[in-house]
Amino acid sequence: MAVLSEEQIMLRNMGVEWARDRASVTVLRQLYDGESVGQNPDIYAEMASMGWTGILIPESHGGSDFGALSLGLLLEQLGRTLLPSALWSSALVAATALKAGTEAQQARWLPGIADGSVIAALATPHGGFPVPNTPSITASIESDGWRLSGRVGPVPDGMLAHLFILSAETEKGTTLFLLPADSPGLSRRALAQIDARAPAILELDGVAIEAQGLLAGPENAAQILEHVLDCARVGLAAEMLGSATQAFETTLEYLKVRVQFDRLIGSFQALQHRAACMFQELELLRSAVESALAAIDAQDADLPAKASAAKALAGEILNAISNEMVQMHGGIGMTHEHDAGLYLKRARVADQLLGNAAYHRERWGRLRGF
Amino acid sequence: MAHAKTVEQREQIWSDDPTAFRAQAAEWIAANFPPQLKGCNPLIFQNDADAAAADADFELWRERVAAAGLGMPHWPRRYGGAGLTAEQADIIRLELAAAGAFNPMRSNGTMMLGPTLMEYGTEEQKLQHLPFIASHERRWCQGFSEPGAGSDLASLKTRAEDLGDHFLVNGQKIWTSGGDQADWCFCLVRTDNSRKQGGISFLLIDMKSPGVEARPIVLISGSTHFSEVFLSDVKVPKANLVGEVNQGWSIAKRLLTFERGGLTEGRGEAPSLAPLAREYVGADAEGRIADPDLRGRLIRNALRSEAYNLTLKRHAADAAAQQAGPIPISAIKNLGSGVAQERSELLIELLGWRGLGWEGEGYAFAELEATRAWLHSKAFSIYGGSYEVQNNITSKRVLGLPDQG
Ligand SMILES: Cc1cc2nc3c(=O)[nH]c(=O)nc-3n(C[C@H](O)[C@H](O)[C@H](O)COP(=O)(O)OP(=O)(O)OC[C@H]3O[C@@H](n4cnc5c(N)ncnc54)[C@H](O)[C@@H]3O)c2cc1C
Repeated sequence: MAVLSEEQIMLRNMGVEWARDRASVTVLRQLYDGESVGQNPDIYAEMASMGWTGILIPESHGGSDFGALSLGLLLEQLGRTLLPSALWSSALVAATALKAGTEAQQARWLPGIADGSVIAALATPHGGFPVPNTPSITASIESDGWRLSGRVGPVPDGMLAHLFILSAETEKGTTLFLLPADSPGLSRRALAQIDARAPAILELDGVAIEAQGLLAGPENAAQILEHVLDCARVGLAAEMLGSATQAFETTLEYLKVRVQFDRLIGSFQALQHRAACMFQELELLRSAVESALAAIDAQDADLPAKASAAKALAGEILNAISNEMVQMHGGIGMTHEHDAGLYLKRARVADQLLGNAAYHRERWGRLRGF
Repeated sequence: MAHAKTVEQREQIWSDDPTAFRAQAAEWIAANFPPQLKGCNPLIFQNDADAAAADADFELWRERVAAAGLGMPHWPRRYGGAGLTAEQADIIRLELAAAGAFNPMRSNGTMMLGPTLMEYGTEEQKLQHLPFIASHERRWCQGFSEPGAGSDLASLKTRAEDLGDHFLVNGQKIWTSGGDQADWCFCLVRTDNSRKQGGISFLLIDMKSPGVEARPIVLISGSTHFSEVFLSDVKVPKANLVGEVNQGWSIAKRLLTFERGGLTEGRGEAPSLAPLAREYVGADAEGRIADPDLRGRLIRNALRSEAYNLTLKRHAADAAAQQAGPIPISAIKNLGSGVAQERSELLIELLGWRGLGWEGEGYAFAELEATRAWLHSKAFSIYGGSYEVQNNITSKRVLGLPDQG
């Protein structure tokens, strides 16, 4: 289980302090106010300067190779303040995908991801969550090489990315490509989503792939993509654990200060027991998330089931707690000025991303023989 | 029930090296565990001490474990343990599970009174009782609840009068598990009427004392798991007082945390219901359980059970590494009783009419057992402090919410 090393404890404590001092919910509010798109670039640069963007990247490519559990500890802290940033997309999802690439591909892209100068994002139909009639990209071989056309999205952090890890359908099956965002024939437009992030819809019109642009062919791309998606789900579940924990703690504080009927509302048993239930659910979620993070680092063959368990519980529990957060705050919880609504909106986006709770319960059930 | 130790006391030298120790433990279990007991449900023996004593294989296993001190491996040898470390005790536990074996001593004595006496007992009391708890030769019952004192345990009324060289005890206990089979009872009694919590003492009562009468009560599951215990002018020696007079409530609270800790174990470890569901409900063309709604609920329960098991492991690992505060046992108890009760409900649901049998022909033994176990599982959220009481404790102690007005 997730017993932490001394370095990991230091890293986590650093994350707790930094999120509190530098990355409060105010940063998210800047997005709602239109002050920045997708994330605050200065905040991202700060994270990069602390080495957080290189945690999964080998030392030979400028990272610290510190493991998924370490990165997960940070994502959890950032989830507490709902920090919008490309850390998950770039440092976790894209870095994991690139590790399947050739030495030359890694040398070209990983150092930039590690130092924060390059932001990379995964573009795959509906984030790997099959929905009928989802548009996708098709790739075909022409005389001068691969040509890609079609539409894909929403791509998380798609408006921020310099590089896309893109899955496309070829005659022989799913294939993964590396596609710089400034490639001719690629255009993107932003979706205005309830959580104020910067997801994009990508349109590709006969985009040519450069010589080094094939990441994985049909022989193993589907398998690599599934592994990348599982790591992505676990990282997202860690972020959701942080959001759910903070939503709960903020609500608990309110129960201890709000007075009605001449009593603190936290003295009403009906509310106390609902608080106790939320606390219990968080216990389950933390266990599932920590065990899934450890499974990534241990290259555990059971990762798919553990990832689904973590994502299923995260979706369900964050949704439930964010609802309770609004309800237990009463009228103030309905205002944009209060944070409750921010947690509620992010909860629904995070649940849908890469498969919602129902999808992952089903997947877990299949993997466990039901 | 005094048992002659028929097994010679072989001196086992345990290795300090964890790997070597693990191998030794596995070897010891392989050499001593009666294969007939493999995979059987230890709760059957735990819930019915008379049936356990009458089972020759169980008795052999119990005597061998007792002789080696492995029932309570981390207790000192003079108290009937094996003098091993907590880590070694954990290895023994894991190796027992891996071999399909179990600890035959698990009882009120090992789960509740033993650890409490370790903290509060005098050396004399420890020597008098711990070795017989470790060997399961003395069976204990818990005399806490009374007709008027359940969740509000501190309102108990059973009186203990100080008559100089002994206490004279009068009153009634109820829901006393194993009361009709127990040799001894650890009991809460009132020694001061002027204070509620502060007027309670903790006494050890020999059930063979004149004036003690246990009358079994039949449960909804048909078993006589618990009794009413009447105490009329029972003389209890002063030496049987644990701790100080009127200190009983703190001792009881400590004991209840041990009890709840014990009640969290194993709740999520029952085998998957998927094969049974396919057998009883059928499968679709793709091999999935035919009823999609039932299947969804089975998956949900199994997933939560898995997360529950991970939660126990996480807290055990954090505690061993001293990386976390106290374990929120009240919350864990409710999670554990919840997943286990849900599973029982699902099991009888999928059995259909065959999950509704009471006894006799037309039902397989396993079907009848499942039905009885379902009925018994309703107790999980009542005993050891009810679901609601655990939520009160979580609210107040873990979450720091204000007192209910
Ligand atoms: C199978 C079994 C074995 C048992 N074994 C033993 C034993 O060996 N020794 C022993 O001493 N006792 C034993 N008990 C007794 C057990 O501890 C009590 O039943 C339990 O503490 C509840 O007390 P009660 O039955 O008086 O119910 P009550 O306290 O009357 O409770 C009735 C209902 O009211 C609720 N309630 C009570 N107070 C509150 C509150 N403040 N807030 C919200 N809800 C509340 C309860 O949760 C419950 O739902 C056993 C019980 C069972 C079922």
